Formats: sequence, C-alpha cells, structure tokens
Amino acid sequence: MRWSKPRPLAPPSGRLSRGRLGPAALAFTASILLASTLLLNSSPEEKRITIYSNAANYSLPVLERNGDEYIGLLEVFEPLGSVTAKTNGPHWKFRYYDIDSDFTAGKTRARIRGSDYDLPASFLLENGRGLVPLSCLGTLMPRILGGPVTFNQNSRRLFVGNVAVHFTAQVSKTTPPKLVMNFTAPVNPMIATEPGKLRMAFNHEALVAPGSQALTFDSKVIPDATFRENNGAAELVVAATVPLIASFANNGRTIIIEPVPQAVAPTPTASVPRPPPTASIGPSGISAPASIRRYFAVVDPSHGGDERGASLTGQLAEKDVTLAFARVLRQELNIRGIPTLLLRDGDSTLSLDQRASLTNSARPAIYICIHVASQGNGVRVYTALVPTQAENNGPFLSWDAAQTTFQLLSRTAGNGLVAELHSKQIAARSLIAPLRPLNNITTAALALEIAPPSSDVAQLDSPAYQQSVAAAVAAGVADVRSQLEAAR
Amino acid sequence: MIPRHLIIAVAILLAITLGMSLYVWRMRGRVDRIEVSTIDTQPVAPPVAGASEQVTLYVAYDDAGVLRPKSVRIPLPVGRQERAAEILRALLPIYEDQFSPHPLAPGSEIRDVYLVDPGLAVIDLNAAFADNHRSGVLVEELTIVSLVQTLSANIPGITRVKILVEGRDRDTLAGHADLSNFYDVPAVTQAVAQLQNAQ
Repeated sequence: MRWSKPRPLAPPSGRLSRGRLGPAALAFTASILLASTLLLNSSPEEKRITIYSNAANYSLPVLERNGDEYIGLLEVFEPLGSVTAKTNGPHWKFRYYDIDSDFTAGKTRARIRGSDYDLPASFLLENGRGLVPLSCLGTLMPRILGGPVTFNQNSRRLFVGNVAVHFTAQVSKTTPPKLVMNFTAPVNPMIATEPGKLRMAFNHEALVAPGSQALTFDSKVIPDATFRENNGAAELVVAATVPLIASFANNGRTIIIEPVPQAVAPTPTASVPRPPPTASIGPSGISAPASIRRYFAVVDPSHGGDERGASLTGQLAEKDVTLAFARVLRQELNIRGIPTLLLRDGDSTLSLDQRASLTNSARPAIYICIHVASQGNGVRVYTALVPTQAENNGPFLSWDAAQTTFQLLSRTAGNGLVAELHSKQIAARSLIAPLRPLNNITTAALALEIAPPSSDVAQLDSPAYQQSVAAAVAAGVADVRSQLEAAR
Repeated sequence: MIPRHLIIAVAILLAITLGMSLYVWRMRGRVDRIEVSTIDTQPVAPPVAGASEQVTLYVAYDDAGVLRPKSVRIPLPVGRQERAAEILRALLPIYEDQFSPHPLAPGSEIRDVYLVDPGLAVIDLNAAFADNHRSGVLVEELTIVSLVQTLSANIPGITRVKILVEGRDRDTLAGHADLSNFYDVPAVTQAVAQLQNAQ
C-alpha cells in the first residue's frame, strides 16, 4: 500500500479563541507537544548504505555494534553474484564465485585470496551472519571483486565499477527561464515542492556531484541549486523565487524545471470569467498561499515514447493524436485566461506514477488527461473509479484512493464539460472508469476519450475537429472555474 | 573432356542438395504452423457436466456503450468456485461470435476463478484475452465490468474482484483499464449504473 500526502489535520485557525482555553488545556497541549518532540528525537532515521553496480542498485541497513557501524557481508555481495557462506566454530568461510575468504569472530585479521587482510574493527558473527565494519568496504570489496570500488563513507554510497550518473544543468535565457538538466542515464527522482524550493531525491540512481556541490545560475528566478548526499541517497535542491514545476523529456534523461504557469490576462469577452487577483509576493519573493491559490490546468497527453497507445489506423498512433489535441487544448485554455501546463510536450515516456506525482506537486485547479479511441463517436468524459473500501490510515490517504475527497468536484467539472460539448452539438457522455492515474490525483481530475465524429477514424487527426472539441472543453473548464476556485 | 563418373557424382550431389532444400523448406513451414498453434487459442477447461441452471449474464454492447442482462441456462457444477468459472466462461461464446456486440479476440479464455474468503474473487485470464484485446478506455472498461457484474450477480458474497493474466499481475488490460488494483463490487455497480444512465 502506498500513501499520499497527509490530510490537513488542524481546523482553520481563528475558530478557537485563546480566551476559551483554560490553563489546564494549555498545560495538556504543552505536555503533548513535549512528548511528541521527545518521541521524534528518540527515533532517529534508520542508517542505510546504497550500493550501485551494473548488476543492481540496492540499499541495505547499517547496524550499530560496539559504537561502530557494521554491515552483513553476505547481503553486500549477494546481488553482485554467486555467494556462499559457512560457519565452522568461530570461523566464517565466505565464497564469492571462486574467491575464498576466511573471517574469525572477534578477530580483526582475515584471509582473502590467500593473503592477510586487517579489518579496522573485530569481525562479528551473529547467528551465522558475518558482520564487517562498514568503513572497510572501500578496501575489502576491491580485493574480493578484483575491480575498482568508490566508497563515500560520509554519505554511505558505494559505486562498484564505472556506474556513476553525471549531469549538467543550465538555465535558458527564455522568458520564463527554464533549468534544463541533462543526465547520462535515465533518472526517476521523487519530486517535492515547498516554498522557494524544488527537491529531487535520487534514491536509486548513482548520481554524483558535478565539479561543485553548489551550482549558481545567471538567473534571478532560479539563482542556484545544491547537490547533497546523505544516508545512501542523493538530493538536488533547486532554489527559486517563484513556485517551480518539473517535467521529464528525452526518455527520462532530461528534467526541465520551470516556473508554474502564471495567470495571464484573459481575453476581454463577457462570457469568460476573469482570473482572481493573485496574492502579493512577500519580501522573500516566495508565498506558498499564492502558489496554492494560483489557478491553472494540467493537461496530460496520454501514452508517449515507447508506449504507443491504441493503433487508430495503420499509421495513426494514439500517442500522437493525444499530443496534438493537448497542444490545441492548451491554446484554447490560454485564450480563456487559464494558464496550462502539458505534462509532456514531446514523444517522451512517463509512467502513470510520474504523471500523478508531477500533477500533485504542481497543485493545479484541474487535471485533464487525454485519450483517443476509434470506437464510438463524440467525447467521453471520465471521472475516477475509486475503491469504496480505501484503506486510509489516520492523516494519510491511500495512494490508490487519493482522488476520493475530490470526486464530487471532478464530477461537477465533468458535468460542466459535457453540458458545454452538448451545447456545441458534440456527442458527449459522462462516465466513471478504472483509469489510472485519475484515482491518484489530488485535485479535480478528468479523462477525455475523444472518438471520431462519425465512423471515419481519420477525422481524429483533423485540425478542424480537434479545434472544435478543444474549444468546447476549454469553454467547459472556464464555466466551472468558480466551483473549482471555491474548492481551493 | 570431363569424366563420366564425375558428371554422375555432381548430378547426384545436386539432386541431394535440391531434395534437402525442399525438405528443409517444408519443415520450416511446419515449425511455423506448430508455433502458431502453441499460442493459447484452445479452450483450457473440459466440458462441464451438471444440472442446467438459469444465470444472468451482463453482456457488453459497444454500439450503445452499455451492459444488458441476458438470462441463459447452462450446466453448472456443484462447487462454488467451479460454478463461478463456468458462469464467466458462458460470456465467451457471445463475445467470440461472428456478430458479437463486443468482440473479443479468438482464443480468449477464463483460465480459472479463485474465491478467497471473505468476499474476494480472483479471475485469471489467459494471455490471448489481454494481449489481443482492443485498446480503448470504454472497450476495456466494458469487458471488465461485464466480468465483475456477471460474477457478483450470480455468486453471492463477492465484494472485491482482482483480475490476473496468466496468473500474474498486470498494469492494464490493453493500455487503459487498470488491472493493478482490486475492483470493489459496489464501485463497479456504480460505474455500471452510470453507463446505463449516460446512454
């Protein structure tokens, strides 16, 4: 079971006035806070080491014994090849392929490949499990593997052979500026945003620092980024004066970081609602409430890259039509004063989890996922089929049922779109579907399945048809803007 | 002048080469046919013997995008699990028919149904069912809700359904409908009601 962001726990401040809280209640609250602090301090983060190799990237727990850090030797080598271990009294015989090693419990001297090797602390034997001091891995492993190993003991990251992933980072001179990061191998970091920062945690990638751990850019919007390594993971923190959003390209080898789309001035027509005034940016230039209130849409052209989607005709793949339609929809939404971000603006592969994670961290007012089908006609507007027995755990929502609290909002938006499509003489139905990532999205979430207007599937690629559907959908989104904003 | 015995030897060798080529050519065609036939297109379960009973199948119709109930009499075994499998298998002749309202690929099969208390049913489809299924949100959804609704309507007590393909987890049926999660029967019933209302 995966979990999403915690629900807000506290009621809106201001509902409780301090005068109503008696001294007993204050003392009780203080004691709870004190106990929580002590509890949090007494349960430190588990120490881990991450090993990167051509065979596998894996993370292992680090054990504390006699004030030193230890690691199970069998677990270290198991993913790398054939290993066996045998206990004979105090002796622990370890074999990696045909390389024999002999360790003795309580002793610092071991024999590896027939020659002596001194450990920095005693070898430990616990129920047949051989433990070696962590600090020796940098010299012990090359002896057994017969190849180079790089061990960064402070960050507990160990690289077997030439597996490091390097990257370059450059801010473009465009408006708004974009930070383009190119990696030497595909990456899939966990991305989180907070006021003034975008964090990318690389838990499984052998990412190494460029020349300097602090990167500075010639940009006032994205002035710098910092590379950190700690407890078996690498982290890149991008600082900015505005809220940022990240998107992937080049099959995961490129990450583009740019400001969340700003509200643009709407076309001055009577039927289109004007965007609300955005909150003023404080002295620090960063305002979380402003970013939360900012009204914009995320449009997700489904499939892409290796995943072609449905074959609509011999030459026409679903992934190409979804992208073409998404671009038209972005244009139509922009015309109506709704800034829009496309999750992919090229032929790149994105997993469903990546799509949901990128959307949730951007906090849009609405998420619209585009699909195209050759069966039927008109447009089908879907909301998520969410399990009714979702296993929520306290303040945390089940990842698979994260949409639960937004279902009503999604249906309101869906009904608005269907009504607008009907008014433009386009056949439309409102349905519920088991379609990821709708159920993972924490805002109003819709999926559109666009079918041809008649039995002619080639019409799906027609700019005129795409334009008419996109205009109706954008008008529908504009119509429900007040409901979506009220919910935010 | 080429000696006569050499001419005869070369002729024999050419004849043998030609014969071997023809033989290899025929064997290659035969291997192709064998490989094709190993794709699971045959029924995997034996015919069922048992008293005929009336069951309600929920049949998908692509044109209207709805499920319609259909009463049929089929022989059903005694065991609850075997009955569940046979009821779902009764849908397949309808979907594989030439004039099917919701065509499934030839060779689509329900490998097994497992009932795990309390209230969980696991439907195991064969590879041909999923690999050759048409791709699209609605067509895939219709297949899934037809299976889940038919099962829950005829086997009391089923509250959740999980769909596997060849005994393994799979992300989607054919690129759209989610197979990674469990299906709650009440949620599926709600989706079916929406399908019927929206036609």
